[in-house]
Amino acid sequence: MSKKTVVEATINGETMEFLCEPRDCLLEVLRDELELTGSKEGCLTGDCGACTVIVDGRPTCSCLMLGVEAQGKKIDTIEGMASPAGLHVLQQKFLEHAALQCGICTPGFLMSSKALLERNPSPTEAEIRYALAGNLCRCTGYDKIVRAVMDAVKTLAGARAA
Amino acid sequence: MAASTNGKTFKVIGTRPIRHDGFDKVTGRAKYGADYAFPGMLFGKMLRSPYAHARIKSIKFDKALALPGVKAIITAADFPVLPDKMEMAGEAPVNLAHLSDNLMARDKALYDGHAVAAVAATSAHIAEEAVRLIEVDYEVLPPVMTVEDAMKPGATILNPKLRNKEEGDKQTNVATHIQFRRGELEDGFKAADLVVEREFKTAMVHQGYLEPHNAVAIYNSDGNGTIWCSTQGSFAVRALSAALVGMPEGKLKVVPAEIGGGFGGKLTVYLEPMALMLSKKTGQPVKMIMSRADVLRATGPTSGSTIRCKMGCTRDGKIVAAKLWLAYEAGGYPGSPVGAGAMTIIAPYNIPNMLIDAYDVLVNRPKTAAYRAPGATNAAMASETVIDELADKCGIDPIDFRLLNAVVEGSAQTAGPPYKRIGYVETLEAMKNSPHYKSKLEGPNRGRGVGTGFWFNIGMSSSAVVNLHGDGTASVVIGSVDVGGTRAAQAMVAAEVLGLAALDVRPSVADTDSIGYTDMTGGSRTAVTTGAAVFAAAEDAVRQLKERAAKLWEKKPEEIAYNDGVLTTASDPSKKLTLKQIAAQFARTGGPLTGRASVNLRSVGPSFAATCVDVEVDPDTGKVKILRATCVQDVGKALHPSYVEGQMQGGTAQGIGWALNEEYVYDDKGNLRNFGLLDYRMPTCLDLPELETVIVEVPAPNHPIGSRGVGEVNIVSPPAAVANAIAHATGIRMEVLPMSPPRLLKAILNKRNGRESHAAAAGR
Repeated sequence: MSKKTVVEATINGETMEFLCEPRDCLLEVLRDELELTGSKEGCLTGDCGACTVIVDGRPTCSCLMLGVEAQGKKIDTIEGMASPAGLHVLQQKFLEHAALQCGICTPGFLMSSKALLERNPSPTEAEIRYALAGNLCRCTGYDKIVRAVMDAVKTLAGARAA
Repeated sequence: MAASTNGKTFKVIGTRPIRHDGFDKVTGRAKYGADYAFPGMLFGKMLRSPYAHARIKSIKFDKALALPGVKAIITAADFPVLPDKMEMAGEAPVNLAHLSDNLMARDKALYDGHAVAAVAATSAHIAEEAVRLIEVDYEVLPPVMTVEDAMKPGATILNPKLRNKEEGDKQTNVATHIQFRRGELEDGFKAADLVVEREFKTAMVHQGYLEPHNAVAIYNSDGNGTIWCSTQGSFAVRALSAALVGMPEGKLKVVPAEIGGGFGGKLTVYLEPMALMLSKKTGQPVKMIMSRADVLRATGPTSGSTIRCKMGCTRDGKIVAAKLWLAYEAGGYPGSPVGAGAMTIIAPYNIPNMLIDAYDVLVNRPKTAAYRAPGATNAAMASETVIDELADKCGIDPIDFRLLNAVVEGSAQTAGPPYKRIGYVETLEAMKNSPHYKSKLEGPNRGRGVGTGFWFNIGMSSSAVVNLHGDGTASVVIGSVDVGGTRAAQAMVAAEVLGLAALDVRPSVADTDSIGYTDMTGGSRTAVTTGAAVFAAAEDAVRQLKERAAKLWEKKPEEIAYNDGVLTTASDPSKKLTLKQIAAQFARTGGPLTGRASVNLRSVGPSFAATCVDVEVDPDTGKVKILRATCVQDVGKALHPSYVEGQMQGGTAQGIGWALNEEYVYDDKGNLRNFGLLDYRMPTCLDLPELETVIVEVPAPNHPIGSRGVGEVNIVSPPAAVANAIAHATGIRMEVLPMSPPRLLKAILNKRNGRESHAAAAGR
C-alpha cells in the first residue's frame, strides 16, 4: 500500500493540511478527507464538470488533478462561494431563474460561471455557453442556467456602475 | 397571478416562489447518496463480465481475499434463489428471479458489464485492486445483439427457459407479442389515395443522469437494516432489496438521499442489495458508488428498436389505415417498453383501421429500464415522420393535417376505451399560434419540422402529512423524492389549501418508516398523485380547524368557513380567528393538529406535447445545428410554472440528444465501445439554442387541481420533429436514430450521387 503525503493548500481562504495517497485525486481528497462533499462526482474522467473547483483562478475538474498537486495552491470550492451575509449573486440568480432541477451539476456550473465572470465580467450569451460547455446538465436543457448567468452579469454590471 | 382550473381560482398555485431546497443545492450542502459517510465504513466495488454472453464456469477469489484491507467478497451464490414471480416495482411488474439474476449473474453473463462479484474493503482503491485479483473462468458464447438476429429461426438462445404464448414449448428470444387491431386493415388501405411505408431503426440510449448510482447500507446483526441511496422510489428499493437479500421488508428502512437525476433509470435496484449483503457479511457500513463506465454498461438504458410503419390517407388528409410492427430490445431479460410503444404510436389520431404488432426481444445488452415516457419516443420517430410525409404529399400544413385526424374527448384510445377530457387540439392550436411557428425560416440548408407526442401518465399511490405549527406555519411531509422542484410544488399545494404563503410551508421528504407508502417519483405522477394527497391532507387539517373553531364558538363544524387562512362563521360576523390565532390555542383546543391523507389514483389525465424545431444542415459534414426549438405541452395545471418549463426544456434537450448524437455503440463481440461521457455524446449548452416553451392548461378531470403529469411527454416528439426538419432542409427522409453526422452525410452523398435516398442504407 502506498504511503501518504502531507499536502498544504489554501482551501476557501483557509490554510489546510491533509494527508493523501499519491493516487488520490483532488476530488477524493475534498470529499473523503476534508468532508467538502459539495463538489460532485459524475464521471471521474473530466467529461461532466460536476467536480469543478477553481485552482489559482482557473476552473478545474478536481477529478483530473491529483491531491498531491494541490500543494501550495489556492483552491475555491462551492462551500466557499456564499458569505455569512448571504449568497453570491450567481447562487441567487440560479434560484430566481429555477436554473436547477436535481441540483447535482449545480456546484460545478456555479464554479465554472464564477471563474468565467472573474476573467470576463461581461460575457455574451455565446461566451457563456462556450465557457459552460464543459459542464453537463441532463435536467434543464441549459436554458435557465444561461439566463441565470446572463442576469447575474447584468446585476454585477449595475453594481459596478452604481 | 390568479388562474382558474376546474372552476377554481388559485393564489399560490401558478406562482414562482424560490424552491425550499434551493439554498442547500446552490451551496453544496444538500446531501446526495454519495455524500453519506459513517464511522468504520467500508467501500464496495464490482467485478463485471467482459463478455456479452458467457457461461460462468468458476469464480476464484482467494487471492483477492488475501489482499490486506479486503473484508468480504460476494457472488450470486450469496443471494437467495428466488422464484419466477411477478411483483410491481416502479412503472412495470418485475420478475424477481430475473431481477436477482440481473443484479448478479448466476450461471450466465448476459451482457458486457453484467455483475459477477462484489468486494468490500477499507478503501475504494483497495476494493478496486481486489476486483482485479478475482479469477473467473468463462465459456464465451456467441452474442445476439439485434432484434433481427434474435428473432431469426435458429438464433442463439439467451434464456433456455423463456417461452411465449404463441410458440408453445419452443425456445425463443421473444418474450412477448402484443397485438392491437381495429377495423379492416386491407379495406382501409384500399380507401387510401396516398400510402407511405418505411422501416426505422433507433439506437439504444441511456437516461444519462449526471449522478452515478450509489448506496450506503448498514445491516445490523439483529436483522434490521438501513439503506441510504439516491433513488426515484424508496419504497421500491425497500421491497426489492429485502426480497433480493432475503430479509423481511419490515426490517429494512430506506432513506432517500437527494437524487442527481433519474429519468426512469433509478426506479430499480443495482447497488442497494449488494451493499446490504456486503454489510451483512462484514458487520460494517458499506458504501458503493458506481463508475460512469458501469452506469453506461450495466444500468438501464432504454431499448433500441426496429419499427415498420405503413400509413395511408385520403387526398384531403384523412388517415384511413395504419399498420405498425415494433420490435424492441429488452436487454438480457424481458421487459422492454414495447407495449407502451404500441399504445402510444398512433394514440394522437383517429384511425379507423389499424393493426399493431409489438415484440419484446431478448438481446445481449443491458436490461433496459424506464426512460421518460418509455417506448413512446422510438414509436413517435416512426409514426410522426410518416405522418409528416403524408401531410407533405397532401400539400397540407403538418399541424392542420394532425388537426384533421386529432383525437378528442370520446375518441377511442389504442387499447379501446375512450379518452376523457384531453388537450391535443389545444396543444396543436397553441403550437400553430406560437411565435416560433408563426415566424419565417429562410436560408439554404434550413428546414422546420414539427412532431407531437402522447403519454398516459400514471396515478398509483401517495401519502402525505400536513402538520400545523403553533406559530401558524405548516410543514408537509411526503414520500416522493424531489427530482426537480417536488418539494416546492407540494408546499405550494398545501399553502394553497391552508391560505398560507408558499414559504410558510416547510416541505420534507421522509424515509420509508416516516411516511405512508408512496410509489416512485416517475410516470409523471408526483405533481398529480402526491399533489392530490397533499391537497387532501391539507383539507383534513382544515376540517379539524373548523371543528375546533366550532367548539370554541359553540357552533356546528359545517357552519364554519375557512378562507385565506381565516376562520369565520356566517351566523356571527363578530367571530373571526386567523390560522395564527387558533394555532396559538392548539394546546387548549385538543392538542397538536395534523392532517393526513393517502390516495390511490386509478385514472389520471394523459398529456400531449408538440415540438417545433428549425435546423441548419451542413451539407459537407452532415452536422445538424438546432437554430430554434419550441415545446408546447398540455400540463393540466402548472403548479410552479418555472419548474414545469424546466421539465419541458429538459425533455426537449434529451430528445434532441436522442435525435442527433446519443447511441450505444457495440463492437461485433458485443462490447460497448462508448462507455464514457465524452463518447456517449449528450448535448452541451453549446449544442442547444434557447428552448422556448408554451404551457397549455386543459384541466384533468377528477383531480382537485386539474394537474396532468409534466415530466415525460416532452421527450416524445423531438426526434421526429428534428427528422422532419432535416427532411425539409435536405429532401432526405431519415429512418434512423441518431441522425449523427456520418449517417446524415452518407444519406446526403447518396442523394447527390442519385442513389436511393433512404437513410436506412446508411446502416446503424
